Amino acid sequence: MSLLEIQDLKVHFHTDDGVVRAVDGASFAVDEGQTLGIVGESGCGKSVANMTILGLTQSPVTSISGRILLDGRDLLEASPDEMQVVRGQEIAMIFQDPLTSLHPFYKIGSQLTEAILVHKDVPKQEARDRAIELLGLVGIPDAASRMGDYPHEFSGGMRQRVMIAMALVNDPKILIADEPTTALDVTIQAQILRLIQSLQERLGMAVILITHDLGVVADVANYINVMYAGRIVEAGTLDEIFYDPQHPYTWGLLGSLARPDRPRAERLSQVRGQPPSLLAPPQGCHFRPRCPHEFDRCKETPALESRTGTPGHLDRCWLPPEKKRTLRVVKGDQIGLEVPAA
Amino acid sequence: MTAAAATATTDGAPAGARAGLLEIRDLVKHFPIKSGVVIDRQVGAVQAVDGVTLSVKEGETLGLVGESGCGKSTLCRTVLQLIPPTSGSVQFEGKELVGLRGRGLRPLRREMQMIFQDPYASLNPRQRVGQIVGTPLRIHGLASGDSLKRQVNELLERVGLGPEHYNRFPHEFSGGQRQRIGIARALALRPKLIIADEPVSALDVSIQAQIINLLEDLQDEFKLTYIFVAHDLGVIRHVSDRIAVMYLGKIVELGPAEEVYSKPIHPYTLSLLSALPIPDPKANAEREQIVLEGDLPSPANPPAACRFHTRCPYATEICSREEPALVNYGNDHWAACHHPLHREHPEAVAEALPELKQESA
Repeated sequence: MSLLEIQDLKVHFHTDDGVVRAVDGASFAVDEGQTLGIVGESGCGKSVANMTILGLTQSPVTSISGRILLDGRDLLEASPDEMQVVRGQEIAMIFQDPLTSLHPFYKIGSQLTEAILVHKDVPKQEARDRAIELLGLVGIPDAASRMGDYPHEFSGGMRQRVMIAMALVNDPKILIADEPTTALDVTIQAQILRLIQSLQERLGMAVILITHDLGVVADVANYINVMYAGRIVEAGTLDEIFYDPQHPYTWGLLGSLARPDRPRAERLSQVRGQPPSLLAPPQGCHFRPRCPHEFDRCKETPALESRTGTPGHLDRCWLPPEKKRTLRVVKGDQIGLEVPAA
Repeated sequence: MTAAAATATTDGAPAGARAGLLEIRDLVKHFPIKSGVVIDRQVGAVQAVDGVTLSVKEGETLGLVGESGCGKSTLCRTVLQLIPPTSGSVQFEGKELVGLRGRGLRPLRREMQMIFQDPYASLNPRQRVGQIVGTPLRIHGLASGDSLKRQVNELLERVGLGPEHYNRFPHEFSGGQRQRIGIARALALRPKLIIADEPVSALDVSIQAQIINLLEDLQDEFKLTYIFVAHDLGVIRHVSDRIAVMYLGKIVELGPAEEVYSKPIHPYTLSLLSALPIPDPKANAEREQIVLEGDLPSPANPPAACRFHTRCPYATEICSREEPALVNYGNDHWAACHHPLHREHPEAVAEALPELKQESA
């Protein structure tokens, strides 16, 4: 049994315009010490799926189905009080923008100690000592004196460190990081990724890293889910996704990167069109209208299953694996999606 | 500097012999920091741009990279006179821009346009697309009535939108489409120079590639010159002919794109390249990443002498004492460093940068 197992999760929002199928049947699992990368473009449902794990998407207009098993216990059936314990104590989350996720009027120290005192019945001084220790752990120099500073007195990278410290106060088993480095500069991004990695090794957490940047997942993840329009379209180990990708959307993502480690390409291989509206996604395969290799069968929804013979490598594409190998190669060893000239 | 090939930059711009389309010389923009309630007293200055000399040749793409707060956006805006510089000179086709105001600038605005980062914030939400794209043409009195509409439709078509979009509002479009509207507006006056300030940073990867390809096609078609600002070094290398690396208001390295990428001279450039996550797990595992310590220092109180010395792994005593000049190391590759990497630490470059894979085809 995995530490966290999501089974056929569906999150639908009922709006005035219709039903938005933000997550439409996602299944995945994470284990201790593992880093799962979830990659996809804005609006693909990657954040909604993870906020649902924490019970943050519940509202009168949301319908959620499926199972979210944490150590075998279904979180969708947990009471609000039980979820309060799960949040922070068992699963913690860090967000993209550290400035909007910290309260601007309170000092860092009091925000950190509050997070400890909510979950643990310890003396204030002890909570304070723990907070200082954590700030040190995430690499904030002179931690004790910075406890009295307000969020605006920290730089973006330092704020993200504070957020990480706050996420770690109660030794969570799972850390969900939603685009943790997107708002940061490359040099700071490298620092934060190193930090998350070293903390994971030290504390043995499972990490779910949500990002749109394939470079970031290639750096830290063990296992990758590629999401498109509410569905996982491909799942596999790092090597499977990068060196033997099966879904044309994954090819498109890989091919549209301007890669610094390859000779400069004459032209980037772009994916045509736009992601579909989740109000009325295309029938069958959601990537169908943008896919140059579409054929009749794509009107049926392909299941997420292993088609290559490798058990853990799953995809949702009807094309036979042998055919994919001939279709996906664009130039040299760089995988891309060949789009016929418009 | 011991380099025999080195030439000082105090009186010569780092450029070819021929004057470029745009000549920026010793451009400085300091924002005053004021204090006091009744009497404003200046207590300091944010040195956003501090003595930048650059030349942009006709038809080229100059990539400008650096961390947030290094002054790259301020540089763009001062060049266009959207904010007046503190001192220095900006010449466009030999005409001095600094000091010009309002009406005097208008004819030059036709030649220089800007594309902004955030396509959501840079389009007027209450105007229809046709109006937005047609405004520059109307202001300059270049078209009206049917001819205006025809020209706007041509522009929309050129950037991949259709005549059915003419009467829509910006909120009806996705991010990538909005950026296309911004590009059509910048293109309306057939400018010679377009400054693109992070034009693809707000977009999804698959859409980024579309916009980059579009900008490249337009460059070929209209013989445009670009200054392309981005923090994504992959994108910058893809689009640029030359690259300028900025750190705390100064250019620290400038050279042909491929050279800056494969043979960086300034340690800051190397650390930027090395910090870049590479979408290739094996290459990532093989290289020795340089992770810079600390944050960018405040531009209100930048370190003395070499501004990078507080974070530089190779800094020595001279770096905190003497400011290095921007020196030409040959092939028009300039850098401002007391310890040029290719001479003093060639092994660091080899370890940090993954070998460029050769195309098999």
